[in-house]
Amino acid sequence: MTINGAQILTTLLERQGIKIVAGLPGGPILPFYDALKSSSIEHVLVRHEQGAGFIAQGMARTTGKAAVCLASSGPGATNLVTAVADAYLDSIPMVAITAQVPQSLIGTDAFQEVDTYGLMIPITKHNFLVRSPAELLEVIPLAFSIAESGRQGPVSVDIPKDVLTGTLELGEWPEPGRPEKAPAIADDQIKELAALITKARHPIIYLGGGVISANASALAHELTRRIQAPIVSTLMALGAIPPDEPLYMGMLGMHGSKATNFLLEETDLLIAIGARFDDRATGKAAEFCPTATIVHIDIDRAEIGKIKQPFLSLHGDANEILGKLLATLPAQQRPDWVRRTLELKAAHDLRMPSAAEDPLHPLGFCRTLASLIPSDSIVTTDVGQHQMWIAQAYPVRHPRGLLTAGGLGSMGFGLPAAIGASLAAPGKRVVCITGDGSIMMNIQELATLAELDLPVAIIIMNNAHLGLVRQQQELFYGQRYHACKFASKPDFAAIARGFGIRGVRIDPNDDPLAQIQRELARPGPVLIDMPIVEGAKVLPMVPPGAANRVMICEPEKAECSC
Amino acid sequence: MHTTLLELEVRNHPGTMSHITGLFARRAFNLEAILCVPLGTGATSRILLLVADEPRLEQVEKQLAKLHDVLSVRQRADLSPDLFRLLDDGWQAGATKPASAATAATAAG
Ligand SMILES: Cc1ncc(C[n+]2csc(CCOP(=O)(O)OP(=O)(O)O)c2C)c(N)n1
Repeated sequence: MTINGAQILTTLLERQGIKIVAGLPGGPILPFYDALKSSSIEHVLVRHEQGAGFIAQGMARTTGKAAVCLASSGPGATNLVTAVADAYLDSIPMVAITAQVPQSLIGTDAFQEVDTYGLMIPITKHNFLVRSPAELLEVIPLAFSIAESGRQGPVSVDIPKDVLTGTLELGEWPEPGRPEKAPAIADDQIKELAALITKARHPIIYLGGGVISANASALAHELTRRIQAPIVSTLMALGAIPPDEPLYMGMLGMHGSKATNFLLEETDLLIAIGARFDDRATGKAAEFCPTATIVHIDIDRAEIGKIKQPFLSLHGDANEILGKLLATLPAQQRPDWVRRTLELKAAHDLRMPSAAEDPLHPLGFCRTLASLIPSDSIVTTDVGQHQMWIAQAYPVRHPRGLLTAGGLGSMGFGLPAAIGASLAAPGKRVVCITGDGSIMMNIQELATLAELDLPVAIIIMNNAHLGLVRQQQELFYGQRYHACKFASKPDFAAIARGFGIRGVRIDPNDDPLAQIQRELARPGPVLIDMPIVEGAKVLPMVPPGAANRVMICEPEKAECSC
Repeated sequence: MHTTLLELEVRNHPGTMSHITGLFARRAFNLEAILCVPLGTGATSRILLLVADEPRLEQVEKQLAKLHDVLSVRQRADLSPDLFRLLDDGWQAGATKPASAATAATAAG
């Protein structure tokens, strides 16, 4: 059978189990679009390639499986770059397929030629420039295998137009790419870990996003209960532990709670699982958990010792390691440590007015949101204060229940990621919490959402500012505000309606929560423009570069430390 | 600066060198010199890197090992960093002394 590169690519994606791809065509990729037209794969036409990248991320973050985005050469490929870099920093499996000018033109500064291969090197796990139709048979399965193996991440595949149109006499199809098996863990390492835990007086479990990717959340929760150790989470691990677990201490670090950061000062054994000691989590790394012996469990060997040298490291799959550990570890009691944990937690609980007193209080609203949506809902955020308020106050009730751009912190993530989540989890309520700054970065995808008619609600916490920028200028630049306030206030509800989506602006004086609830109860997409107070801050806050014990708290108290 | 040698075995294709040098640039690791010799049929190459002998060396090795086209990484403390100086001597001497460059390359391969 003679078949061209575009048909090979299409069939390989079908065989890989890909049902939906997101993208936007241009000249060099047209042979592939021609083949896609007669494929079972659904194509979501975005309005900007960054939207395609984040839609793919939304699908991948929801399912744990690699998702696909497409772009043409040149500006199509450069528009994908932010979404690929974002996937890289958050270890999200994704295959980004771009077209390239024909090989005969590569290197001639041809129209819409850009060195996509070079651009993708530092922001992908691996990347390919495919040189013949035959190479596709090897590269495509391998791309999926690499994206999903070990520490997951994005893979870029750049395909010159002549590779898409070139033909091949096809023999057999290759097997679809599958994740590789994780390295095995030696029993004596598990024994050593069990002994360290048994000996520890004040252990703390520190979860990172790896615990979600490894589907190890349930076992991490079991470990907390078994050894009676408090458990803290990075932004990326929110949802791993149910919020009603008494020993769950929420987020640590820059915007973590006081109780959590103080407790970490007292631990003698820190068990890091799928966490990378990121500076937003550790504060000044040299002063993080000063008295602790560190155990580091990670699938990426290069993370071990990168920031903090562990006493014991276990290189492997977190779910497997925790399974083996729990099989040997008897229940333990630590009444004093539990008492100390609960005491700190009670003393420094997040404070916010009740919904009756102030229904649109930023933190309060994020807490209340949970009661307005089904418990299996998926929340996405953009980047800024609203993201941190969600992280602090919204009780994420299941793994993959919160999708947020952690490592790169890309404004513009929220809306397309919500579309992707909804495509991957049909029927679930998806809510994108965004800011009046961030929504503008991919607002064009409202058109895509309108066409797909998905149950995605967008709630803009509108403070008429780049709020987090304002906050930094207030705290660290002597209130010399510059370029953080928007001079014009667009009518977002009208904009949504212009795209064919329901749009409402909440009247804060007329039972706002009831208005929001009413809108959320109606089917289909909706944009809710919700005014919040201007100038509110995300607190506590550890100043960048400071140790976590130095937290800026309530304005009148300035710095607090213990 | 104290230096040491890392030996890599890599898949030989056009992007491999960019991945390796890109890694050094992106992670702000020092790379002093580089020597690459194709092996056997040319499907793989051996690369010798002259790098700073600093505490971060272990991290450099681990990051290199993660690259898909890098098949193995090991330290060659037994080889002298002078290898590269010899190579340069031969190079400077030009056509009159090509033998010393060839010797250095063989020592690496
Ligand atoms: C693409 C991008 N550009 C700039 C920034 C820097 N930045 C971080 S938060 C923020 C303000 C976000 O404003 P908004 O979306 O309105 O959220 P708010 O902080 O007001 O809740 C900015 C500009 C970023 N994270 N991403």
